[in-house]
Amino acid sequence: MPPPLFLKREEESVRKMQNALNRFIPFLRRGWYAVLAGLLILLWLVGRFRENPVLFAQFMVDGIRLGFVYALIALGYTMVYGIVRLINFAHGDVFMVGAFTAYYATTRYHWGFVPAMLLAMVVCAFLAVVIERVAYKPLRDAPRIAALITAIGVSFFLEYFTALDFVFTPNFINYTPLPIKFKTWDVAGVTFSNIMFIVIAVSTMLLVILWYLVYRTKLGKAMRAVAWDKPTARLMGIDVDLVITFTFAIGAALAGVGGMLYVIVYPQIRTFLGVMPGLKAFIAAVFGGIGSIPGAFIGSLLIGMIETLSQGYLSSTLRDAIVFSILIIVLLFRPTGLFGEAAKEKA
Amino acid sequence: MAALLEVKDLHVFYGAIHALQGISFHIEEGEIVTLIGANGAGKSTTLKTISGLLRPRQGSILFKGIDLTKVSAPKIVSLGISQVPEGRKIFAPLTVRENLEMGAYTRNDPKGIQESMERVFASFPRLKERINQPGGTLSGGEQQMLAMGRGLMSNPKLLLLDEPSMGLSPLLVEEIFRIIQEINARGTSILLVEQNAAMALSIAHRAYVLETGNIVLEGPAAELLENPLVKAAYLGR
Repeated sequence: MPPPLFLKREEESVRKMQNALNRFIPFLRRGWYAVLAGLLILLWLVGRFRENPVLFAQFMVDGIRLGFVYALIALGYTMVYGIVRLINFAHGDVFMVGAFTAYYATTRYHWGFVPAMLLAMVVCAFLAVVIERVAYKPLRDAPRIAALITAIGVSFFLEYFTALDFVFTPNFINYTPLPIKFKTWDVAGVTFSNIMFIVIAVSTMLLVILWYLVYRTKLGKAMRAVAWDKPTARLMGIDVDLVITFTFAIGAALAGVGGMLYVIVYPQIRTFLGVMPGLKAFIAAVFGGIGSIPGAFIGSLLIGMIETLSQGYLSSTLRDAIVFSILIIVLLFRPTGLFGEAAKEKA
Repeated sequence: MAALLEVKDLHVFYGAIHALQGISFHIEEGEIVTLIGANGAGKSTTLKTISGLLRPRQGSILFKGIDLTKVSAPKIVSLGISQVPEGRKIFAPLTVRENLEMGAYTRNDPKGIQESMERVFASFPRLKERINQPGGTLSGGEQQMLAMGRGLMSNPKLLLLDEPSMGLSPLLVEEIFRIIQEINARGTSILLVEQNAAMALSIAHRAYVLETGNIVLEGPAAELLENPLVKAAYLGR
């Protein structure tokens, strides 16, 4: 496996929180509680599987499809966090703009799937660059909380501005006709749809391109250098601001595709549609280890499956509560996530 | 002939703190010039200002006749000034090769970059053995070598070295200084900032002594090595 994209430095506040936890509820920190909980969940899953393997497989398949869409969003969170240490809460709304762009391109202007996807990528990248230049760049040297609050402000702005009548309107819009004819196949009782294959194929292709970009190109190497140490990157002659702008643009382009695929899977469009997938992709990025590209991908697949399994076996109202409690559990017990590295001091 | 680098009346502020209070010095082509002084005297500030990370409030830095105070940091690198920062500042997650490639970031000649890399490996054979290892896994001495190799990858006319001996064993310090002399012999001028004044003066041609943002002494290194003030304050003899 390639070295992690961004090695993380553990936060002081997280360490304080862990210390407090150590002092007051030491029994919770003992590993066997986690192991026991894991075993119970596993046992329960095995029980569900034996009850009805076909249904179980169906939930997994749906979960993977959802997970790939989350991955396209989570990568933007993780890359931007890695490079400017900012949780870009407006990212989910950029995803929404991608969904609308694709919708208008395919329904009103009858563009094909691929041109519409490319347009969504360009529009989202452009939007993210504008947001970065206008809202975040002036705060680059301000305390990090200032940029975080600004990100929330930008998020609300995008949601409510686009809900105005002369923009996208506040209404629910049904995505018809879809740019792709819906087809399904039945394999041993499990339903596969062509949309699922398109979601997986497009996402996989973009992930491979992203991997190549980050680990093999000059720009990608510069991104990793900037993520590690900005002043030294400048000494190398790297234009740090330009690299940061590119990172936002790349993350947003992926989210734009994610938005398009998401509304093809769930064909109801509204300006608030980015909120939930955005938050869940953020959880997936934290789950995988914020700042890590492989982590964001694996975390997204897991969150997708957890979501469909809990929706299928428990209830759809409990689904979101379960996904959000994962965020709390991860932050309490393993703030660096699955692929996160513990604090590494720079020499 | 004009000097390679000519710093004139440089004033730099950190907020209200007057860090450099009008310093002037020059470096001739082919020289090793050292800037010695205590902690907080303004040595690193001087280097950061030359590299364009800090902007002076007053004064000029002429390099080959171009005023660097009006030039962006990336442009300064491509003009031929490269800095090896204090504390090495290796890009830990990047491999040795990638670190070196970052040193050549402003260049666009793959063949020339390959040649520069071969030259770096000739000077630091140990880096070649570790070419695909993340920079963060190297030892302190190896990291210093990588930092210097990275600094050379842009083919600089002038190399700025900030505390290259920091945290290294005496044996390694000797090796690093021998390599600095080699680099200089191949035609790169060097501005060396050091706390290890004895070592720095032993290889430098000329030296400046910096005290709380002012240059208080200057002259040929051999002379300063014998200067009673320098001996008392910086050589501990």
